[in-house]
Amino acid sequence: MLISVIGMTSLFFWCIRKVLTTPEASEHVHSPADIDPHDQED
Amino acid sequence: MAKEKWASKLGVILAVTGSAVGLGNFLRFPGVACANGGGAFMIPYIIAFIILGLPIAWVEWAMGRYGGKRGYCSAPGIFRAITGKNRTAQIGTLALIIPVVIYMYYVSIEAWCLGYAVKYWTGGMKQVVAEAQQQVTPVPVPESATTQEKEQAHDLFLTKQKDAGVKATQNYLLSFAGVVPESDEAGSGNLRILREFSQSTMPYLLFCFVINFYLIYRGINKGIEWFCRWAMPALLGCALLILIRVLTLGTPDPLNPDASILNGLGFMWNPVGHNLVDGKLVEVGFIEALSNPQTWLAAAGQIFFSLSVGFGIIMTYASYTKDDDDIALSSVSAASGNGFFEVALGGMIIIPAAFVFLGPEMIISAGEKASSLSLGFFALPGVFENMPAGHFFGGLFFFLLFMAAITSSLSMLQPAIAFLEEGLGLGRHAAVTLLGLITAIGALFVSLISNGLTVLDHMDFWTANFCIFLLATTEVIFFAWIMGLDRGLEELAHGAEIKLPKALPFVLKYVTPSFLLIIFGSWLYKEVLSNGPYVKALREDPTVQITVGFLISIFIFFSILVRIAVKRWDQTERTRTENKELAS
Repeated sequence: MLISVIGMTSLFFWCIRKVLTTPEASEHVHSPADIDPHDQED
Repeated sequence: MAKEKWASKLGVILAVTGSAVGLGNFLRFPGVACANGGGAFMIPYIIAFIILGLPIAWVEWAMGRYGGKRGYCSAPGIFRAITGKNRTAQIGTLALIIPVVIYMYYVSIEAWCLGYAVKYWTGGMKQVVAEAQQQVTPVPVPESATTQEKEQAHDLFLTKQKDAGVKATQNYLLSFAGVVPESDEAGSGNLRILREFSQSTMPYLLFCFVINFYLIYRGINKGIEWFCRWAMPALLGCALLILIRVLTLGTPDPLNPDASILNGLGFMWNPVGHNLVDGKLVEVGFIEALSNPQTWLAAAGQIFFSLSVGFGIIMTYASYTKDDDDIALSSVSAASGNGFFEVALGGMIIIPAAFVFLGPEMIISAGEKASSLSLGFFALPGVFENMPAGHFFGGLFFFLLFMAAITSSLSMLQPAIAFLEEGLGLGRHAAVTLLGLITAIGALFVSLISNGLTVLDHMDFWTANFCIFLLATTEVIFFAWIMGLDRGLEELAHGAEIKLPKALPFVLKYVTPSFLLIIFGSWLYKEVLSNGPYVKALREDPTVQITVGFLISIFIFFSILVRIAVKRWDQTERTRTENKELAS
């Protein structure tokens, strides 16, 4: 029980820590997408 | 308007974790683990997590972002973008109908969870208990009886009253969900079902529909991500409160010292399985449990359903990530988040509490059926009826289930919304309205033609079992053998801070597809080819035939929509190429 619970909990919190400590990716602008900008009417 | 994006990495992880964390984490996992070796179940569970769950999740994340970079967020568009061939778009039809059909019945269960939480917190459940207890008549005692005999009769009366209360809460779903026997004397047939349904479940169902579609209408960032950012911590808070309550139960009945929380934890986690043989509990040893193929199949099935892989949802969610996001880490984070809710919280709450108040036979019976509904709505109300402050914690538990369900149901709508927008060129208003109409018809179909829980059960079997197996197997083979591992793994590794395992190409190409084919094959053999109960019902029961006919109609409808979308995409691309040629 302890191995399973501690193992899963540690993995989860390690991941969250890793996510929070690495910088956010910058957004790249692509060539026009292959679809219509259908939301323009909204 | 530009394609939507997640605002942050944490946002997408919470959304994907929210999508995966559902009723299965708190109800299905503990029951299945208990019935398949207890603590020993964790060995196949972790192996399945590594060679099945994570690889399929990585496949969906990589395919999703690959399509997203090319402007596609729906599965048909993503499959088409990967191969450049129109016919592959039809594979994506499965990824549209699976979440939409599951939503049709899942939203009903979500409404039940909310309804139960409200009933517990507003005293409605107390009233149900009181009404049942009032019908218990005192045991007649002759005037000549001794004081001791009178006390015994009174104790018997109290026990009967308590049992009546417990039974009333355990059977409450039958009236709350509008599912009553057709021959019930208070009314008959579907009219009775409609009346009960409109009085009890309908307001909650309407509320769930409104909240789901409102959040979907607000979009990826302002709707789903915003909601998951506070819903997931709230879910964690509720689960921790209930966990503390359960772990501090001790031995509630001093006359029954074996029914203690420590023994309950032992029953769940000791590496000894349990089986019911002729209604009696029989222990299954560690080696015996591990050498049983059923244990491995159950573990693989649990990982599979729990991580929401094979639904097509992750693919759509991943298409909204930024180009340089670490999707490999996001995938592991979401999968481990799901595992945390399942193992560290789900595995510590239900079984120990049910062991203390209901006994082990009831748990194994529900676990063998892998029945979340049976454990959650028929067994657990009995636990809360016996537990100190049970009505508060009952409300909290069902509210927790409601939160877990709503983060999942939201994710079921997004793939179809993305498709209606990009495939048919509909605006958000029109897409939400059309999908709302389709899912409302489905939800009413589930609720009104319920005939027990037949429709819900058979929809779940054919969609959440058969179609998911089919889609996941197709996805993995498609990724490894058609898209190509070089292209797929390059997408996965792009922006990754964590190192992908060196064995991953081998696992993805051979191990995961083989494992999936074995599981899918065994499942097909057991459930379909051996004339299992669901196939038998399909041959004999008209309600089941209508249900399967309904599913086929939905598949054909979406398949036609995909065909229209492909033509539209073709036309757009041709126009764009012509414009480029003219410009040059």
